[in-house]
Amino acid sequence: MKQAQKEHTTKRYGMVIDLDKCTGCGSCMVACMSENNVPFKTDESNKLDSITWMQVYKLTNGKSYPNTEICYLPRPCQHCAGKHEGHSPCVSVCPATATDYSKETGIVSQIYTRCFGCRYCMGACPYHARYFNWWDPVWPEGMEKYLSPDVSPRMRGIVEKCSFCFHRYQLARNKVYLEGRKDLDEDEYQTACTQACPAGAIKFGDLYNPEHEVHRIAQPDMQHGGRPQNPHVFRLLERLGTNTKVYYMSERRWVRKAGDNYLPGEFENPGAVAGSH
Amino acid sequence: MSAVDDKVTDLTQNPADDAGESPHPPSESEETTGGSILLFFILGLAASMVIGWVIFPKLLYSEKKQPINFNHALHVSEVDDECESCHFFREDGSFSGIPKNEQCIDCHEEVNGESEDEAIFVEEYIAKDREVPWLVYSRQPDCVFFSHSAHVNGADMECAECHGHIGESEKSRVYEENRISGYSRDIWGKNIAGFKRNSWDRMKMDDCAECHAEADGHDSSVQTQKDACFVCHK
Repeated sequence: MKQAQKEHTTKRYGMVIDLDKCTGCGSCMVACMSENNVPFKTDESNKLDSITWMQVYKLTNGKSYPNTEICYLPRPCQHCAGKHEGHSPCVSVCPATATDYSKETGIVSQIYTRCFGCRYCMGACPYHARYFNWWDPVWPEGMEKYLSPDVSPRMRGIVEKCSFCFHRYQLARNKVYLEGRKDLDEDEYQTACTQACPAGAIKFGDLYNPEHEVHRIAQPDMQHGGRPQNPHVFRLLERLGTNTKVYYMSERRWVRKAGDNYLPGEFENPGAVAGSH
Repeated sequence: MSAVDDKVTDLTQNPADDAGESPHPPSESEETTGGSILLFFILGLAASMVIGWVIFPKLLYSEKKQPINFNHALHVSEVDDECESCHFFREDGSFSGIPKNEQCIDCHEEVNGESEDEAIFVEEYIAKDREVPWLVYSRQPDCVFFSHSAHVNGADMECAECHGHIGESEKSRVYEENRISGYSRDIWGKNIAGFKRNSWDRMKMDDCAECHAEADGHDSSVQTQKDACFVCHK
């Protein structure tokens, strides 16, 4: 360790989710829960009490039959970078340094042993991506043996959230070190939800790397807070300046409009409404 | 109210009295009281030191014997590739850790030599196809992610930097387990005060952080400008 470690380039891991492909099947949610030892209860109907790192929302265009349209929107942690790198809403308020932003990967981390459960980050997160453990996890008998050893289970009284399966990044890097390489290949580090999606709606990779699919689809403008240049791509609550790393894509206008709160007529005619932006 | 007032005036008067005249020379009985207080204090201090430094650590750690007394020195002299002959990296970069029977069976299918431990190993474990339940001295808590590959391949560190010269040991030492946390004593270190002389004396977070702070390029955290917690925690 005394020797300088072999340099590796900076990454901005991110996601592009094609909402037109998503069928709302929930495979990503199931894969996420089993990958990350997310606790569950017999009765999951109380949504104030349930934990879902990946949550599929149902959107409708609000029109009556036969014009009703449905869209499903999977929502992991958005891994905000903020106005400048690391100015994520949650990271900037954490009094315990329990949540942090990595300049190396762009991933917002949550350190469970460090968190003392004040839930300030939950209040700060505009995406409701953070969850509080009101109870100690109770696994059905025998299931404890099937928990993933790569993710430590959480106890009651602390906050948890999606980590972009960071442990998979760590394990993938083992091989990179062994082979003396510099970088991970695109397919060496993929999140559990990406791999579980039967429709292939979720793409994951390095937003900085022009060869990665996420970069090709979203065409993020890194000079301007990662704003997508593909007209069909949008981010949730773009105008908050959270500079998220999860991009959504849809051909449908009303879906893209649902990504933010607009004044009447503002989405159709940006700039026309006074005081917008 | 008046009683309190009296006390206050008494207190304020006393120092003035003392300052005015020299204190009485101590009588013989006062001298022995002072001596016994001092003696009592010294004895009490000694007793609490003994409790804190000797008895408490004895109570805190339970002592467990390894299932087999393993001779590292003997094995190292028999193999070609030092530690990595048995503790190797798998193709995916993960570390194999303590060998399974599969690796031992080539040499140990039958009892070699006359050692009692050898006989136990072959008869109880190899013959019955049971893995040896080794106690891992260096097992870290559940919240820790440690990559052998990053340290050995990435940073070219020697095994001994963390594990000491275990390759030269001729028998397995006693495994001490913290009764409260369940962790091995090697994490806190043998010295209960936390002093360390060698890099392998302790394996606490501070010991990891010491190296991580020294090395270049470890500043991925926005919060601390050091290594992000996620580098070692999971």
